[in-house]
Amino acid sequence: MINRFEMEETMHMIDSEHLDIRTITMGISLLDCASSDINISSEKIYDKICKKAENLVSTGESIERELGIPIINKRISVTPISLVAASSDAKSYVPYAKALDRAGKQVGVNFLGGFSALVHKGFTTADKILIDSIPEALSTTDIVCSSVNVGNTKSGINMDAVALMGKTIKTAAELSKNQDGFACAKLVVFCNSVEDNPFMAGAFHGVGEPDCVINVGVSGPGVVKHALEKVKGCDFGVVSETIKKTAFKVTRMGQLVALEASKRLGVPFGIVDLSLAPTPAVGDSVAYILEEMGLEKCGTHGTTAALALLNDAVKKGGVFASSYVGGLSGAFIPVSEDAGMISAAKCGALSLDKLEAMTCVCSVGLDMIVIPGDTSASTISAIIADEAAIGMINNKTTAVRIIPAPGKKVGDVVEFGGLLGTGPVMAVNDASSEEFVKRGGRIPAPIHSLRN
Amino acid sequence: MKKAIITVIGKDKVGIIYGVTKVLSENKINILDISQTILDDMFTMMMIVDIDDASAPFEKISDVLSNEGKKLGVDVRIQLESIFESMHRI
Repeated sequence: MINRFEMEETMHMIDSEHLDIRTITMGISLLDCASSDINISSEKIYDKICKKAENLVSTGESIERELGIPIINKRISVTPISLVAASSDAKSYVPYAKALDRAGKQVGVNFLGGFSALVHKGFTTADKILIDSIPEALSTTDIVCSSVNVGNTKSGINMDAVALMGKTIKTAAELSKNQDGFACAKLVVFCNSVEDNPFMAGAFHGVGEPDCVINVGVSGPGVVKHALEKVKGCDFGVVSETIKKTAFKVTRMGQLVALEASKRLGVPFGIVDLSLAPTPAVGDSVAYILEEMGLEKCGTHGTTAALALLNDAVKKGGVFASSYVGGLSGAFIPVSEDAGMISAAKCGALSLDKLEAMTCVCSVGLDMIVIPGDTSASTISAIIADEAAIGMINNKTTAVRIIPAPGKKVGDVVEFGGLLGTGPVMAVNDASSEEFVKRGGRIPAPIHSLRN
Repeated sequence: MKKAIITVIGKDKVGIIYGVTKVLSENKINILDISQTILDDMFTMMMIVDIDDASAPFEKISDVLSNEGKKLGVDVRIQLESIFESMHRI
């Protein structure tokens, strides 16, 4: 029988250390919603989402209530819309985004991902139309999220897509300039994107997935930080062991909620994503975990090593706790969503270059970083190319979610509110990458892609 | 047997156990285990209960207990035992 100490530990994790389930994400295939008529297709999409996800939010809420653990987000991911839209003769896919927005709001989710295209080796006509539609789609809808995969380890990097995404991000920022470029916070450029990621803004429902599936993302930076406070001064073997034990407990929550949601909704359980996802709330920060290991400020020398240890220990502890692990599974480092990162960026300890180094050892990439509004499209493309190269060579997922906030300069601060937090504007390198980005074509797949 | 765990935390006063157990009795919830102590003037109690034959749905019981807690000036919570089991047992 459960003893008093164990009860108290669980209650304390939930009450004081921000332990929560970050998201229950329902993946829905829209492959059967294609039509040559965009209106018919949009209607089918709306109907299917409303039918499949009808009880998602209420089921999430009752699990939350009965287990006594907060489930922060209930979300939906769908088949990349460029695949669904390919058979339509529409010249813009904004109506699809609007249908997704309406459906998501109807069922009460707070984000819906999958206004996406996979162009790592080249564009179809539909991919091009989708990417052209992204700025308007994201600035005229509220909860739709978009992602574009521009490279992977197997096929290299599509530099034409990288160049195009730089321009797309600039346009999206311009169209949402009255919200400081907020549309860009809903747009992720990936290398090695995964098909079962439950986290936004990069979630989509891959073509290898079933018709409908439940994926769960856990959280718990505060719990890990608190556990490390108790082993101050101990060596890294103890640090790693402590993180593993904590990650195990946190992931067991995720597994329980995932199985419960799957059973109650009658939808198969997909995966638990082990990522440590921070929120702007004090005490829910990944940066503070790194600082707890002995760094004065996140971003100083030693940060990459600390993050590497954290990321690895989280996986080792989590993988034993869940029957199916997937998604991105690592530590997230979104700057604007993490109180410790915000503070480190504001005082100059954390730079874009250091963040790039950190992305080599964790999931996922340059995330929620605000850069000056006058940053050129080619510089943004070059940032994407660097990040994609890290992903391609290291056989891992990397991503760029960057916001060139119109009219803002280094030192300014942008407020996005809610889970998206506060972004200090960070400096980019002033030297031009224009000629590099202009070359176009593809960067070939690395030698270690030839494993057969 | 479907079990739940009730936790009661707050400033000590007369009648807390009576108030909480009255609600349980009225809703046909059987108590399997009680552990209670006073820490720094704070009343803390944990109960393991059987909710198989409960006469009201879980959410209703949760509301009634929480309201009873408000009347008594303490925090009363009920959670399914599975959350503790999954975290602490392999």
